[in-house]
Amino acid sequence: MKRLKAFGAFIYDFVVGDDWHVAALVVIGLAVTAVLAHAAKVNAWWLLPVVAVAALAWSLHRATTARK
Amino acid sequence: MNALPLIITVFVACAVEAVEALTIVLATGITREWKSTFQGMGAALVVLAVITAAIGPAVSHLPLTGLRLVVGALLAIFGLQWMRKAVLRAAGYKALHDEAGAYRREVAAAEAAARESRRGVSDWYSFTLAFKGVLLEGLEVVFIVITFGSNQKNVGAAVVGAAAAIIVVTVVGIAVRAPLTKVPENWMKFAVGVMLASFGTFWGAEGAGVAWPGDDAALLVLVPVMALAAGGCVYWLRSRKTAAAVTARRSEVVGS
Repeated sequence: MKRLKAFGAFIYDFVVGDDWHVAALVVIGLAVTAVLAHAAKVNAWWLLPVVAVAALAWSLHRATTARK
Repeated sequence: MNALPLIITVFVACAVEAVEALTIVLATGITREWKSTFQGMGAALVVLAVITAAIGPAVSHLPLTGLRLVVGALLAIFGLQWMRKAVLRAAGYKALHDEAGAYRREVAAAEAAARESRRGVSDWYSFTLAFKGVLLEGLEVVFIVITFGSNQKNVGAAVVGAAAAIIVVTVVGIAVRAPLTKVPENWMKFAVGVMLASFGTFWGAEGAGVAWPGDDAALLVLVPVMALAAGGCVYWLRSRKTAAAVTARRSEVVGS
């Protein structure tokens, strides 16, 4: 059980890293892109790059203001 | 797409990981014992080869749309985390990765640890340290090789990039017999983070059903845009830090 927990923690750290908000925003961005593309027939190629840059900036803002 | 950008991206990413693994192997081998260190390194390489052999073909059999969606998301998240760390380091909010310091810490720990023989290995500490170091850094290499290679349907080119990086770093490491402190690790991580996040965004959006304007040529715009955004973040954080320092100095003067 202890090893399984350690493995889970390693996988989380490996994939998600220091800030889970970035991962959550990317997944939400992809989901919205898919809905727009398939349901609304909108070719939203611009959405994910905007979300990625916004997620980075927001995560950096949070990391640097928390250290003050 | 031309295989060259794929090879270069994988080469730089894997070189960064190889430099970190080399630091651990050198510290252990020089301080303790080379035989057990090489055994640990060899065992880790076998585990990595098994993981690659098991996951690689399975991933390449997945439908391309689903593969691009999942792998794109993972790469984008992975790349953004690398970019985040590199930006924080470049802006002075996080200490720069110091290979010389890491080497000194590993050497001090290796010198202090007790010697113990286990399971046919004469120095268990050297074995486990080399095994863990190579396995952990190697997993990132495997992840990058499989994701990039399978998405581009060119695992061979990705393997060439990774193998070249490992060979170059190993040869240089053997030649200088010291950690590679002169490698600009933070800037390499910055560049790799930009590439991973850009490719991840590109493939992820494609997997979600988007058609990029100009198809693959969109990457020629997306990569510089990501790089500019990351550079802009460094500038923004540096300016904010400087402004905070000036304000603090002013309030000290007013208070005195």
